[in-house]
Amino acid sequence: MRRRIGTAIAQAWWAFLGLLGLDRPRWQRLPRRTRRAVKALVWVTIGLLLVWGGGVWQWSALAIAAVVLVLVVPSYDRITIRGRRIGRFIVPGFVLALAIAYPYYASLNGSVNPGMPQLPIFGPLPQMSTMVGMAVFTMMALGLNFVVGYAGLLDLGYVAFYAMGSYTAGWFASSQFGHQNLYLGAIGVTPGLTGFHFSIWLVLIMAGIATAVIGVIIGLPTLRLRGDYLAIVTLGFGEIMPQIARNGDNLFGTGFNLTNGTGGITPIDPPGFGNWIGHHLHLPANYLTLGTNSDRAFFWTALVLVLLTIFTSARLRDSRLGRAWIAIREDEVAAAAMGIPLMRTKTWAYATGAFFGGVAGAYYASYTGAAFPDSFFFNISVFILCMVILGGMGNIWGVIFGACFLEYLDKEGLANIGAWLNTHFGPGGSNFQIWHKPLDVPLYEFGIFGLILVIVMLFRPEGLIPSSRRAAEFHEGVHDQPLYDAAA
Amino acid sequence: MPIRLRRSYLTYVMPALASLLVLLLVVWLAVNFWKGPAYFVTIAFIGLTNGALYALVALGYTLVYGILELINFAHGDVFMLGGMFSATMLLSVFNLHAGVSTGQLVGGIVGSLIVAMVACGLLNAGIERVAYRPLRGAPRLAPLITAIGMSFILEDIAIGWKGPGYTAVPNILPKGRVFSVAGITYTWEKFIVVLITLPVLLLLLWLVQKTRQGKAMRATAQDRDAAAMMGINVNRTISFTFLIAGGLAGAGGIVYALYFGQIRYDTGFSLGLIAFTAAVLGGIGNLPGAVLGALVIGFIQAFNEGLTWHTPGSDWTQSIVFSILILILVFRPQGLLGERTPEGA
Repeated sequence: MRRRIGTAIAQAWWAFLGLLGLDRPRWQRLPRRTRRAVKALVWVTIGLLLVWGGGVWQWSALAIAAVVLVLVVPSYDRITIRGRRIGRFIVPGFVLALAIAYPYYASLNGSVNPGMPQLPIFGPLPQMSTMVGMAVFTMMALGLNFVVGYAGLLDLGYVAFYAMGSYTAGWFASSQFGHQNLYLGAIGVTPGLTGFHFSIWLVLIMAGIATAVIGVIIGLPTLRLRGDYLAIVTLGFGEIMPQIARNGDNLFGTGFNLTNGTGGITPIDPPGFGNWIGHHLHLPANYLTLGTNSDRAFFWTALVLVLLTIFTSARLRDSRLGRAWIAIREDEVAAAAMGIPLMRTKTWAYATGAFFGGVAGAYYASYTGAAFPDSFFFNISVFILCMVILGGMGNIWGVIFGACFLEYLDKEGLANIGAWLNTHFGPGGSNFQIWHKPLDVPLYEFGIFGLILVIVMLFRPEGLIPSSRRAAEFHEGVHDQPLYDAAA
Repeated sequence: MPIRLRRSYLTYVMPALASLLVLLLVVWLAVNFWKGPAYFVTIAFIGLTNGALYALVALGYTLVYGILELINFAHGDVFMLGGMFSATMLLSVFNLHAGVSTGQLVGGIVGSLIVAMVACGLLNAGIERVAYRPLRGAPRLAPLITAIGMSFILEDIAIGWKGPGYTAVPNILPKGRVFSVAGITYTWEKFIVVLITLPVLLLLLWLVQKTRQGKAMRATAQDRDAAAMMGINVNRTISFTFLIAGGLAGAGGIVYALYFGQIRYDTGFSLGLIAFTAAVLGGIGNLPGAVLGALVIGFIQAFNEGLTWHTPGSDWTQSIVFSILILILVFRPQGLLGERTPEGA
């Protein structure tokens, strides 16, 4: 059925091109670069036409289109300087530069920067607070990518690591444990607060390590299970953790307040560099004192963390450990026969993924200033899984794309789309009215994500930007029989 | 197993640890029973009611797992939609409310039961056709991921249909006592749950063990290729299994709606996980095992929420159920009665 749909679309497409005088053999004979340029040009033109037709035209849209073309069309990969292939850093470096510069152009706090282009239907480009969320979730998605993408273990309880990271930040950078006072490099915090106040940079590392330990504890007994059982067990852990958080204000009837129950831990100290560095290097002593510019600092810091994650991802993937993960993913029996210690390797994948989930969770808690048990539902695990699957399991760039796009949809995109739909087809005063009650699109967010999961798995299981290796696995098939079988 | 596993101290520590846990459980139950026998038995009846409900849903998991080795994640949400179907049927179509005559009540409930079972069966078979069948040859995690996606889609269908709040079903079950002996009471509303569940379970057992179609199901579960060579239409058999599983979920839905009186879009998710745990506990793929596991989980839940001596309470029910799941998978992955995945449902 889906193959028939696919072939039907392809046939229609080539029939259309044939009308224009371009048949398939002729297209295949063109040089690769030309084909890529033509494709990019077509897509950019379609995008520009949509922007123009959507009634949100700005001249800066042309600049953005030009930037996209310059980035996509030439193949920079071949550029070498003295034998070093520095060309492959050009596009990521350029994207990074754009991201760094973005805060100067972004819309702040709900007010839209009039000079910036808007997308049709989607509305204005993302705001700074959304950008921070995108960076943090990119980190989490890359962390999950270690487990799902590299090692091929389905983890449905990633939210447990996020929660663990957030609560570590809550314990060591707030007034939660009020009867003890311990300041450890706590910087830029109002003096005189009770409780533990550790420096956020220390807390990030502590959160990562604590979460990795939790990952190992969860992994050791369960990683022997076969894939779908493992998924359910991780889901169980993902449900237990928030329940502990919710009931942790009176743990086991002892009156010990670990998590402050449903009230959550708040406020959590914001990040900062402290007065000494602030005075000498002009880095912000405390991000919140920056006022409306604080989101910029939060974003840039998150960007640094994301870069570290990307670096680790790329280096680990090509390391002995990473190759072992991929070998296990492709064929567990063959990997074991080649002498890869299955349990240890899988546990490392788990611990690494958990580490980044913890760091991201701690940073996000410090950004939002709170850790609430209600923000750690199963939905979030699926949300992060959806990012990894949509972008392309195992491919760093795909996962980054998936994370940014879905987090944008979550924070702003769906609300904007809903507003657009309601003004055009709903009771928003148009003459083309289909429904009469305003449609609450964000309410259906997770159904939309579920639809994304189903459609991606049915039509493009390797994701939008796949790694060629993963794509081959999905299309040619791999030996999917586990070696350690729970039922054996 | 192709390689020899290193025997470690875990081989001796793990069973000892498991026995210790079971011993603690037994001691806890015994002390609670000694403190108030009549109350204990009353609570046990709640457990029986819960267990009967879980059995209906757990059987759906176990049927599908037995034949496809797929955790049908959307099953809990099919159950939830079953509850919504029956809420609509009971209230809007059969117009039931407290105080209608017994004949009308029985007729309405049976009618709603049939409609909910048929609707959920068709829904489940449709899901299999759209989301699982195209992925027969794909890596094993692919259909699991689509199952998760389907589960979220079904939840949003429920939100769109009934809104994000609770859908109330007025309490139409009679409140009288079946019997009341020595302080032990057993009310009709609990008895009716068992009364609906039992015939459905017997029907299912008869269907799987005595009919031709049931034989085909068992054959397909055992070896799909060989079954196809023997002339069994494998795809139709799998569709039929999903139909049956969906029907059971629909029956569970009406039982839930009647007994608890309210249902919401996320009811199916949490209850589905509990039911799945029950299926694993009994040995997945094993039909009597699923019923046994469901009863055990139902009793544990009722005791946890009802008893008084050193009881964690309802705040921890979910954690306890998942801990059982994890412990079972670690200590005895084949479940209480043994897993029968390839050997027949």
